[in-house]
Amino acid sequence: MRYLPKSPADRKAILKAIGARSIDDLFAPIPAQYRLDRDLKVPRQMAESEIVDWFRQRSKENGLEYTSFLGAGAYMHYRPVIIDALVSRGEFLTAYTPYQAEISQGTLQAIFEFQTMICELTGMEVANASMYDGSTAAAEAAMMAVRVTGRNSVVIAKSVHPEYREVLATYAQNQGLPVATAGYLETGRLNLRELEQAITADTACVLIQSPNFFGAVEDVAAIAEVAHKNGALLVVSIAEAVSLGIVEPPRQADIVAMEAQSFGVPLGFGGPYCGVIATREKFVRQMPGRLVGQTTDRNGKRGFVLTLATREQHIRREKATSNICTNQALVALMVNIFMNVYGKVGLPELAKQNLAKTAYAAEQFGKHAEVLFARAPRFNEFVVRTAEDPYVINSRLLGHKLVGGLPLKKFYPELGNAALWCCTEMTTRSAIDTAVGLLAESEAEEPSGEHVVEEVAR
Amino acid sequence: MPYPTDLKYTKEHEWIKVDGANATIGITHYAQESLGDIVFVELPKVGTEITAGKTLGTVESVKAVSDLYAPATGTVTEVNGELATAPEKINKDANGTWMIKVTLKNPGELGGLLSAADYEKFVTEEGGQ
Amino acid sequence: MKHATRKATRHVNQNEGLIFEKSSPGKAAWKLPPLDVPEVDTAKLLGASERKDLGNMPEVSEIEIIRHFTRLSTWNYAIDLGMYPLGSCTMKYNPRVNEVVARLEGIANGHPYQPEKISQGALRIIQTLSDCLLEITGMDQITLQPAAGAHGELTGLLMVRAYHQAKGNPRKKILIPDSAHGTNPATAAMVGYSVENLKSNERGMVEVSALEAQMNEDVAALMLTNPNTLGVFEQEIHKIAEILHAKGGLLYMDGANMNALVGKVRPGDFGVDVMHLNLHKTFSTPHGGGGPGSGPVAVKRGLEPFLPKPVVVNKADGTLGFEYNRPQSVGRVRSFYGNFGMFVRALAYILANGPDGLRQTTEDAVLNANYIRKGLEGVYDLPYATPSMHEVVFSDKVQAKKGVKTMDIAKRLIDYGFHPYTTAFPLIVPGALMIEPTESEGKEEMDLFIEAMKSIAQEVEEDPQTVLDAPHSTRVSRLDETSAARKPVLRWKPA
Repeated sequence: MRYLPKSPADRKAILKAIGARSIDDLFAPIPAQYRLDRDLKVPRQMAESEIVDWFRQRSKENGLEYTSFLGAGAYMHYRPVIIDALVSRGEFLTAYTPYQAEISQGTLQAIFEFQTMICELTGMEVANASMYDGSTAAAEAAMMAVRVTGRNSVVIAKSVHPEYREVLATYAQNQGLPVATAGYLETGRLNLRELEQAITADTACVLIQSPNFFGAVEDVAAIAEVAHKNGALLVVSIAEAVSLGIVEPPRQADIVAMEAQSFGVPLGFGGPYCGVIATREKFVRQMPGRLVGQTTDRNGKRGFVLTLATREQHIRREKATSNICTNQALVALMVNIFMNVYGKVGLPELAKQNLAKTAYAAEQFGKHAEVLFARAPRFNEFVVRTAEDPYVINSRLLGHKLVGGLPLKKFYPELGNAALWCCTEMTTRSAIDTAVGLLAESEAEEPSGEHVVEEVAR
Repeated sequence: MPYPTDLKYTKEHEWIKVDGANATIGITHYAQESLGDIVFVELPKVGTEITAGKTLGTVESVKAVSDLYAPATGTVTEVNGELATAPEKINKDANGTWMIKVTLKNPGELGGLLSAADYEKFVTEEGGQ
Repeated sequence: MKHATRKATRHVNQNEGLIFEKSSPGKAAWKLPPLDVPEVDTAKLLGASERKDLGNMPEVSEIEIIRHFTRLSTWNYAIDLGMYPLGSCTMKYNPRVNEVVARLEGIANGHPYQPEKISQGALRIIQTLSDCLLEITGMDQITLQPAAGAHGELTGLLMVRAYHQAKGNPRKKILIPDSAHGTNPATAAMVGYSVENLKSNERGMVEVSALEAQMNEDVAALMLTNPNTLGVFEQEIHKIAEILHAKGGLLYMDGANMNALVGKVRPGDFGVDVMHLNLHKTFSTPHGGGGPGSGPVAVKRGLEPFLPKPVVVNKADGTLGFEYNRPQSVGRVRSFYGNFGMFVRALAYILANGPDGLRQTTEDAVLNANYIRKGLEGVYDLPYATPSMHEVVFSDKVQAKKGVKTMDIAKRLIDYGFHPYTTAFPLIVPGALMIEPTESEGKEEMDLFIEAMKSIAQEVEEDPQTVLDAPHSTRVSRLDETSAARKPVLRWKPA
């Protein structure tokens, strides 16, 4: 076995030193009737070359060479090559949680810088070292609001990512935490009147997403006013981090729950990604997740440590702010490097390209179909409603190696034949024009009504 | 003398100083010593009802959290705001640093509390284990 | 420090400030291609939502970023540098082929919502890994959705609750041994259960009579780590399972220590109903400085309806797909399907090992822990003499008499070129030294470790102050954690 650094002679010598006759002696504590006396039925040991071949085959079966218009919480942005060069360093890759600060200063300082940049970008005062992803960060933020306010219910906007809403429902189900939903207007933005109706004296927080699931930028100030007037906190989820380069951050929010995948993290079929929670200083002790703080050593030299650990499960056990234990350190490091590469000037420029591509695409699609929610400001996503079923359109696009927008029927049946399209700086004008052309093909004709609808996008 | 005789003590290491229907509450010298450097204290708001034997807040060191237990039942009238920014005061002078002041519901219920001598005996035994 | 130079010597490392301290206007590490669509008027498109300033975000060049992070990296200890015996963390070698295959284009760039037709590669990876993990655990069904071990615990207990609820009564409490990891009680609380402690016996195992006394119809499950956090196999596991099952309770196994069992015994065979695995422990996915992890949850048939959705299924046309129609599901615990990139790595590890390699790995892990135990017995106090599996727990009882605690010994170990073991855990051992060498250590590295630990024990006798002041060879000495917690400085601010 190529990963094991012992020769048969070493094993024999160790057994002798221990005073065991055979390796079986060491497994004697396991009751005999349970010991496995056969080989596991897993594939045989493979050579490295075979492993690479096997996965290369899987890679080919997985959308290789397709151009995609999918966003919806997972975004295809360019990843600067230095990200992988740096995160592949064994000192980052093969270290663990920096409990022993003296030999973990690299990881600790990197997290401290990460926390700082997240604060700068979100307009918040403190940020944690990361959470599992945007969906769990949003759910944890809601539970944090419950602890802060001592109130016991949540109002969530229907324009929050449907899967984020599902995760919140899962987390809330056994905490006696009712979740009410507030709908959206024709602009795609939150319906403030519905919010006013849903909010009660027991509402711990209002949870919105901005830009929301339809791509529309919410009127955060107005929503904050309603939340605060009723004594609730405002939690803002951000799924598309690149928007922060050009869209005003939710400064009126009390908690920001972010997904930072857009910052240099591969799509990777949905994970691992990088959630983050940022908030006001006064709420820091109710915040879940790891935190790095600056301090000094015995000689007065600057250094960094994990701090405020008493919030966490290994100390507080059943009274902890959350059971969260790991963070997404290596993914947060990717995000960190990405933020350094683009920085203060590059991020707005990058965001502007996203904005321009999207504006162009929406205009082109608008010539042949209805672009919904056009009156609200949007970032890099938009909803297109067609006469034809979007599954059929997507099926046609697939033949041209294009992956069309996400059909919304499953999540928002009321929108009819609508799909959520996304453009980033990676989307070329020619891909947009081809997609529009393929969509227009059928929109020109009467839709047939009879067609094979293949499950081409969920 | 680490345990003044004008205070009463609990086995959970709080002290209480009673003045008629009013009382002042803090944690003992022994408690601060076993906790180590105290970094944060979480106390109830003014107006909160506290119940003898029930938790009223927490005190945190770098790597431990301990619940604070109410030595008596009553209503919180004042909270030591200084501790929010200077929890180290407790380490420096546990007996002299109060946490909350309360109006006692039933000043007569204090019978179950320990005297200074009994408490000192109690912690000597606990510490020696 | 007699032997230290054999393992580690001091060498120059570079100083490096915060990246913000290097920033100045006009420096850049980015370049965008020319825009192939018309420019837009941002103010017109975004109106009041337009952002005008990014505050103190850095402006630096590429070489500065490379140097910055490379310098930082050299301040870390890592498995790639040497033995990392953190007990209960299973710091084993992270194979490089895992990283290569996870970065293959179709695997790294697959969008989670891309059509199933062009997702067969990813689905096949999920299914193959699921099948392997089911065979390894002896369980019936599995979800890979949870993002980490603790997240797996949450998912598992949600299923436990749903299972009991479906029978008409969710029950009230979870039994947890006093030796358990802190995530266990934290998770139980999140699922709305109260926690009841179960005392360990003098052998460090669950006291079966105590369990019998505490078990009743209010108990939803026992959360058991096996081998437990003392590295001890629960020898009466069959009785434990029987007692639970007799009263309708479930046996939850925390699979954190599965590295002691793979290929030798299967939890599904000894009565476990629900368990989670940590792909970043047993299955070699990198710890990455604290994550990402992955915490699949495997269950017996009776709990299958409650799995989070979606689940992967074989479709009538022979392809794989996601099944969302799961009316009894506990719901979704994370967006999309979990930490897919970790599935790829874990599967690559299983393929590199095969059945023989997996078994040999387990045997070596147990062999190594016993070698360390033998080497240090008599030098450090061994509070439980029960046989060790993959890790061994000592205490600082002997050294504490000189005022030296487990954390001091740990810090001194750094000077000898090793990462410390886990300190002060499990809680049932005062002053614990929890050592898990894993299979990745050869005899030579372990001999050096044993020598280092013996040398430190001797230092404690002769010159305890050296140990108390350790580490002496690192960039920073012991850091002031008290001020860090009293007056938290959690971000950089311009002077």
